[in-house]
Amino acid sequence: MEGSIFQYGFILKGLLGAFFASVTAGLAGTYIVSRRMVFLSGGISHASFGGIGIGYFAGINPIFGAALFSIITALGVEYLSVRQKIREDSAIGILWAFGMATGIIFIYLAPGYTPNLMSYLFGSILTVTTADIVALGVMSVILTLYFGFFYRAILYISFDEDFARTYSSFVNGFKYITTALMALTIVLNIRMAGVILVISLLTIPPNIAMLFTRKYHKIVIWSIVSAFIGTTSGYAVSYFAGIPVGATIIFTLVVIWVIARLFTGTKTWNTSQGLKTSSNEKR
Amino acid sequence: MADLLVAMSSLSVAYNGNMVLRDVNFSIYENDYIGVIGPNGGGKTTLLKIILGLIKPVEGRVEFSDKLLDNNHIGYLPQISTGDLDYPVTVKDVILSGLMIRKKLVSSMSKADRKRAEMVMTELGLSGLADTSLRELSGGQLQRVFLGRAIIGDPQLLLLDEPGTFVDANFENDFFEKLKDLNKRMAILMVSHDIGTISAHIKSFACVNRTLHYHPSSEITSEDLLAYGCPIQLVTHGVVPHTVLKIH
Repeated sequence: MEGSIFQYGFILKGLLGAFFASVTAGLAGTYIVSRRMVFLSGGISHASFGGIGIGYFAGINPIFGAALFSIITALGVEYLSVRQKIREDSAIGILWAFGMATGIIFIYLAPGYTPNLMSYLFGSILTVTTADIVALGVMSVILTLYFGFFYRAILYISFDEDFARTYSSFVNGFKYITTALMALTIVLNIRMAGVILVISLLTIPPNIAMLFTRKYHKIVIWSIVSAFIGTTSGYAVSYFAGIPVGATIIFTLVVIWVIARLFTGTKTWNTSQGLKTSSNEKR
Repeated sequence: MADLLVAMSSLSVAYNGNMVLRDVNFSIYENDYIGVIGPNGGGKTTLLKIILGLIKPVEGRVEFSDKLLDNNHIGYLPQISTGDLDYPVTVKDVILSGLMIRKKLVSSMSKADRKRAEMVMTELGLSGLADTSLRELSGGQLQRVFLGRAIIGDPQLLLLDEPGTFVDANFENDFFEKLKDLNKRMAILMVSHDIGTISAHIKSFACVNRTLHYHPSSEITSEDLLAYGCPIQLVTHGVVPHTVLKIH
């Protein structure tokens, strides 16, 4: 009796976690992929590991440390690249490694119990707390409202920043706010998929969606759906096969992408043909 | 007498202490169709940025007519490289974005806005392409999409930055015909490095090279250009000095 209740709670927690992770990953992922910010997002998630280490060392919740590190990294890179103080990819590479190094050093220095590094690097449903699920739920609501209210502005600023400046003086502010929200989303999803794998949770679903549609709001919806299918079936497989859940989710998502790709094989999205554009250097 | 839209007086612009434009006195009137020419780095784009309010002059002033301010609208066709062609956005969405200037950042597009976008698409020969993504368009179609974005708000002044650089040869005539039409209801300021192409269409020239010389006719000679300090095209086109660049 007790066992079935425990199991029910475990499954409910898993489903809710998967749902909120899918909503946040769908919204944030579509923004990140269409703005070509995938590398930046990888940098943000790895740099946040520094915050996790400092959190352990100082005895505060590692996710707070990670949130702080990720936002500073995200805004720092945006700021540096806007001011052109350093090449953007170099800035990301430096902060990426710096965050990981800081994390390792502080976890090593942390007194007493050494935490299970694997759960932060690769994610683990066992360590996801109710508070983590609530945080992801709140983030889902915030992101849904944000993208709902500012849909047109976000769409147009991301598409053509220079043109947007001709009608809004708030373009940079918008970019900073949205990037900070992306950083928070990444950190909250680290509990599910881990520092190393979270980037694929954000990247693969929009790429599955883009095989079927080129409309932004439809990409968001289909990203959420495919992320949910991928995470829940990933959970199921990992539960029954007894293998790590984060890795299984990513594996499942890639399998879905490959199958979808085969189905839509004739409709190729070829970026190497057609008109040349210099926008490849832009994000 | 046509109404004044924009007036610049003793205007100077500098980036990081480097003077880019000096002592510019220049006015744009209703129905004007001005070609802005000059060498690269001479300040042509800076002039557009001043009009768009993206940068402020260090000296002098730029004034806009009440009519232009009430309408709060200047149409702008930037060089094509500013937008990401792989971005998931449709033709209709791009054209609608030209209405953002009149909107708050939180607002959505109304039925009337969508209707207006459809009218613009019909006017520019883009009907049927509403849901197409940009990557699937030809160069000429793409250019008309961005022109649609510039004119959907019915601006009184239309700024074009090097429209010739991405025009399809087949569409060039169509494009200039379209501009001639539009000139009946809005003033046009067109930046170009190619005097030969634009001189057949515009009404007057502005030569920009550190400062601005206005030439109130569409015919310009190389002596004029030399006098204005505008060493362009004579070299690149291999045109012998003394050649008159007018309609043959």
